[in-house]
Amino acid sequence: MRKIELSQVTQKVKEMFIDACQNVPDSVLSALKNAAEKEQSPLSREVLQKIIQNDLLAREKSLPMCQDTGVAVVFLTVGSEVVFDGDIYKAVNEGVRLAYTEGYLRKSVVRHPLDRVNTGDNTPAIVHIKIVPGDIFRIDVAPKGGGSENMSVVKMLIPADGVEGIKKLVLDTVFNAGGKPCPPVIVGLGIGGNFEKCALMAKEALLRDIDDSSPDPLAKKLEDELLEDINKLGVGAMGFGGTQTCLAVKVNVYPCHIASLPVAINIQCHAARHKSCNI
Amino acid sequence: MIKISGPVDAEVIRSLRAGDTVSVSGVIYTGRDAAHKRFVDLLKDGKPLPINVDGGIIYYVGPTPAKPGRAIGSAGPTSSYRMDAYAEPLLKEGLKVMIGKGPRSKEFKELLKKYGAVYLSAIGGAAASISESVKKCEVVAYEDLGAEAVHRLETEDFFAIVTYDSEGNDLFEQGIAAYKKI
Repeated sequence: MRKIELSQVTQKVKEMFIDACQNVPDSVLSALKNAAEKEQSPLSREVLQKIIQNDLLAREKSLPMCQDTGVAVVFLTVGSEVVFDGDIYKAVNEGVRLAYTEGYLRKSVVRHPLDRVNTGDNTPAIVHIKIVPGDIFRIDVAPKGGGSENMSVVKMLIPADGVEGIKKLVLDTVFNAGGKPCPPVIVGLGIGGNFEKCALMAKEALLRDIDDSSPDPLAKKLEDELLEDINKLGVGAMGFGGTQTCLAVKVNVYPCHIASLPVAINIQCHAARHKSCNI
Repeated sequence: MIKISGPVDAEVIRSLRAGDTVSVSGVIYTGRDAAHKRFVDLLKDGKPLPINVDGGIIYYVGPTPAKPGRAIGSAGPTSSYRMDAYAEPLLKEGLKVMIGKGPRSKEFKELLKKYGAVYLSAIGGAAASISESVKKCEVVAYEDLGAEAVHRLETEDFFAIVTYDSEGNDLFEQGIAAYKKI
């Protein structure tokens, strides 16, 4: 068995959230630069250039690139040979608390959805744990803003809706969201599974590298076709009109019931923040 | 680029057109969901607001905490549609400019015509850059709301884009129609 010190997990989680909020991944920055070059609308091009300048300034001065430093979403991949010396959820939450209170990040979590009192330290995090064979321990963190999350949907389609039904749902969702989710967006799709599985897959899809493609040929085809179609919607940067509405589409799939075609769409703003590490 | 300064001149605001880029200086107040709810509850009870919004500018933002040596933390706009329901009572008090991001309701656009006001967009996510144009920041109401408290900002050259003007023009509609191909 491999023992993991929880104090190390806390420290890593703290560092990763601060890092994620200040340093947009190089691959996302490249995608933004590429979009700025291709954009045909002068106004949207100017907006994309200002977004790039902002992301570079945030890196240079160690500032959060966006004031919405999000709800703290944490994915843990835990080998079955790994043991912890205590409560892993507590250790993760302590890391989040330290990141948000000591790292000048905004506290955006309320303790109850109805009484709306801020918890003051951005806890609790939303933690997903996956058990795998071996002794790996991997942490993925993703601060997720409210503007883009609010534009996300889960819809239980039926088999007769098919690929065309999925495309229509995605195009309607992105078009109707307009500038609200801070385009250019990344679209994470979870297709199949059931009601809750597809939502989780959509979130996991957003953790994939912006440049990769699904290894599943049908999913890859859908990723390519949807990216092209979304960029014909005309939404543009921040909804001002343009040809660059979406940087990437990520499709994750899973087997499902003969009667169902569950689809979840998780929208990610251009500040696509995530970090990962192995301990 | 058109320069405006808060508190604003009503005639200058009426002359702005959707698509104009503006540089905003002077006083801007911050407020988002929770502060707006309190404003509107006060007005319902016939009580005065904690800030003077006559000729005023409200920016929908909840900044990150300021690092030492900086006036404000990262301070990009939040989605404006959530404040639509609170707009009219504040427009009645003389509010002339709202700054946020994203589309808003048809009813809101009508209110801008009725009250001679405008809606500007700041660039969503450009929060570090925007913080550079804030020279001074102090909490003036509802400190208990933390990031959602009402702040008085003194700004210089805050970049914004006129999105809905006081004649009913809508930059989102115009811009998207020009590039929609599906």
